[in-house]
Amino acid sequence: MAEQTVIEAVRQTMFAEMRRDSSVIVLGEDVGSRGGVFLATDGLIEEFGEDRVIDTPLAESSICGVAIGAAVNGLRPIAEIQFADFIWPAINQLVGEASKVRYGTNGVKTAPMTVRVPYGGGVRGGLYHSQSIEVLFAHTPGLSVVAPATPYDAKGLLASAIRSDDPVIVLEHKRTYRLVKGDVPAEDYTIPIGKAEIKRPGTDLTIFTYGLMLHYSLQAAEMAAANGIDVEVLDLRTLRPLDGEAIAESASRTGKALIVQEDTPAVSISSEVAAIIGERCFFDLDGPITRLGPPEIPPMPFSPIQEAEFMPSPEKILAAIAKLAEI
Amino acid sequence: MAFNVELPHVGESVTEAVIGKWLKSPGDHVEKYDPLVEVITDKVNMDVPSPESGILTKIFAEEGETVLMGAVIAEMDTGKVELDDSTNQTAAPTIRPSAGTPPPNRIGTLVQGANVGPTGGEFTDTSLSAETPSNASGASGSSTPSTTRQKGFSPVVTRLASQHGVDLATLVGTGLGGRVTKKDVLAAVDQGSNSSSTTTVSLGGDEIVEPSAIRRMIADHMVKSMSEIPHAWSAVEVDVSGMVEWRTQNKAKFESDHGLHLTYLPIALAVVASALKANPRLNSRWSDGKIVMKRAINIGVAVAAEEGLVVPVIHDANEANVVGLAQQLDGVVSRARAGKMTIFDVQGGTFTLNNTGSLGSVWGGAIINHPQAAILTTEAIVKRPIVISKNGEDVVAVRSMMNICLSFDHRIVDGAEASEFLQAVKTGLEAVNLESELT
Repeated sequence: MAEQTVIEAVRQTMFAEMRRDSSVIVLGEDVGSRGGVFLATDGLIEEFGEDRVIDTPLAESSICGVAIGAAVNGLRPIAEIQFADFIWPAINQLVGEASKVRYGTNGVKTAPMTVRVPYGGGVRGGLYHSQSIEVLFAHTPGLSVVAPATPYDAKGLLASAIRSDDPVIVLEHKRTYRLVKGDVPAEDYTIPIGKAEIKRPGTDLTIFTYGLMLHYSLQAAEMAAANGIDVEVLDLRTLRPLDGEAIAESASRTGKALIVQEDTPAVSISSEVAAIIGERCFFDLDGPITRLGPPEIPPMPFSPIQEAEFMPSPEKILAAIAKLAEI
Repeated sequence: MAFNVELPHVGESVTEAVIGKWLKSPGDHVEKYDPLVEVITDKVNMDVPSPESGILTKIFAEEGETVLMGAVIAEMDTGKVELDDSTNQTAAPTIRPSAGTPPPNRIGTLVQGANVGPTGGEFTDTSLSAETPSNASGASGSSTPSTTRQKGFSPVVTRLASQHGVDLATLVGTGLGGRVTKKDVLAAVDQGSNSSSTTTVSLGGDEIVEPSAIRRMIADHMVKSMSEIPHAWSAVEVDVSGMVEWRTQNKAKFESDHGLHLTYLPIALAVVASALKANPRLNSRWSDGKIVMKRAINIGVAVAAEEGLVVPVIHDANEANVVGLAQQLDGVVSRARAGKMTIFDVQGGTFTLNNTGSLGSVWGGAIINHPQAAILTTEAIVKRPIVISKNGEDVVAVRSMMNICLSFDHRIVDGAEASEFLQAVKTGLEAVNLESELT
């Protein structure tokens, strides 16, 4: 079993899927000879050629629109959006069109397409290379949204996305690409879309989180353990559909819920998780459902000091844990 | 494979039970359905059958311990091969680690100083450095304890307290501002269940007796009924001279025909069942602000057993005749007295009949068997001089008289309906005479 970074797991999974299924193609900005700005597609064009690894113009709407066309006509495209920050022109294609293909054709056509989207901050990326964009897509019926945070999950969920007969947005946190290393089996496997996972069992309270914040939360949980607080950490992994059963099970068991996310909290994934817990776990709660996120300001700041202030950190999560545990 | 034995749910309102005697010891081989352990609830004493065949390996619940329904009370080794379902991915089995190697690190570790820039460039990162937080207890350290918060109880605290009969006012909270937490309630429940001994302590000459588990359950049930149900009472006198004559005449034949001692109870049951049919409001329950009219007429009969009051249930009492009722009563009462009632024997009661007359009582104000709507007592039959009408003249005659006393939930029924029901029972009982074909 090889130890890989997240970006290596993503790359190896695309190699494996393109070898397994000749209908899988890749398209996006600089995905060809440049190998992608994060080198996620490095080497693909050499093995699969420019018919299956397609460099596109700087036009996200067209990348997604072409992917829809290819998908309804029998291919399984993997569209790469270079940075989540630039996905907005493709909103009409994804929210307006891709999500409705199966329903709109009465099931005659589906859009088996994957959209890989590097997202998230903490990389000194400033206003235009740091955004969290998950909410718009997670709000849309007809789309699935996954956010793997570990190399193992990146492989399993990307493989599931590529094999899905309906559109899946795969959110890859840029900060995790080379920060997180873990074991990835060489063998073929998938992780079902819609299944959360308890990454750290605990009894005193549960942190619900995803993406980079999973790792910060796990660090905070370790620090809390040193202070005698036993924290459970549940990795949502899929943001649509959320795993309501796993969320409710854990919240009911520990009685206290802390939801940690990098996105601003208002009308967000944490709102939905809080609603699920409120609806299903009321009589098991022993404290207020608590959310931790950045301040409600438009961008992630560029200044390193301000960026650190904006982002949730292990220390901020620990403070929230201590406060909720003490209630 | 290790198999957890859970305490099965018995009866709709039973939430916990006291572990009686373990009938098997760790190491014993147990067949499926073999009696494993005796448990005592406020409704029934029963043997829990083994859910699987295998070796009993561990016992978690000690004798005398109070245990929640569904809790794990023992562990068995069923000898079956365990299927590993600890992961939920559809991965090929080959990814599992071989014995001796550490489990795969699927969560991942953080790489210090990794290339994290958008195009792989170097960035320094301070947010992940190993420095300890400046204030380990974080925001809580600087915040002053809130004094308003301690007034409120969280949903889980109120739920657990009512489930286990814990008086929250007696608890010392360990939460913020003295708030009573879930852990505090669970600790109190734990403590309560550990003190189930019947030790006697002398205090200034008075004896302090720890009630038995059954006594405490009866106590809790009575308190619940009296505190939740607004009781009202009504009683009527019944002239049962005809019924007494009928019993005297049919006693011997009944015993030789059916092998059963003929008592008044099955007759009273039959009359009450038909009166309930005609007055269905008495056969209901108050539930979450609604009145639930029970379709079945299942009459509980209070029986004084050795350890205390038990109430076996005669199901569908309106569908059996006096003989049938007598037979059912005989079975269930002897099981109750022997402490061998089944779950079915105590479940589903919709009304309770208590023959307090057998104790010599002539009047009573019974406590309703929660959550039912009413309870009826039949009091002692006594001969009294009564003014009756004979050939248009008032004369004094010696009659066999019995009082019947009704306690009813005043949320559900008012005096008028209660009286109608009482009159129906009275009429039914007084209609029994030597010509009655009850058998």
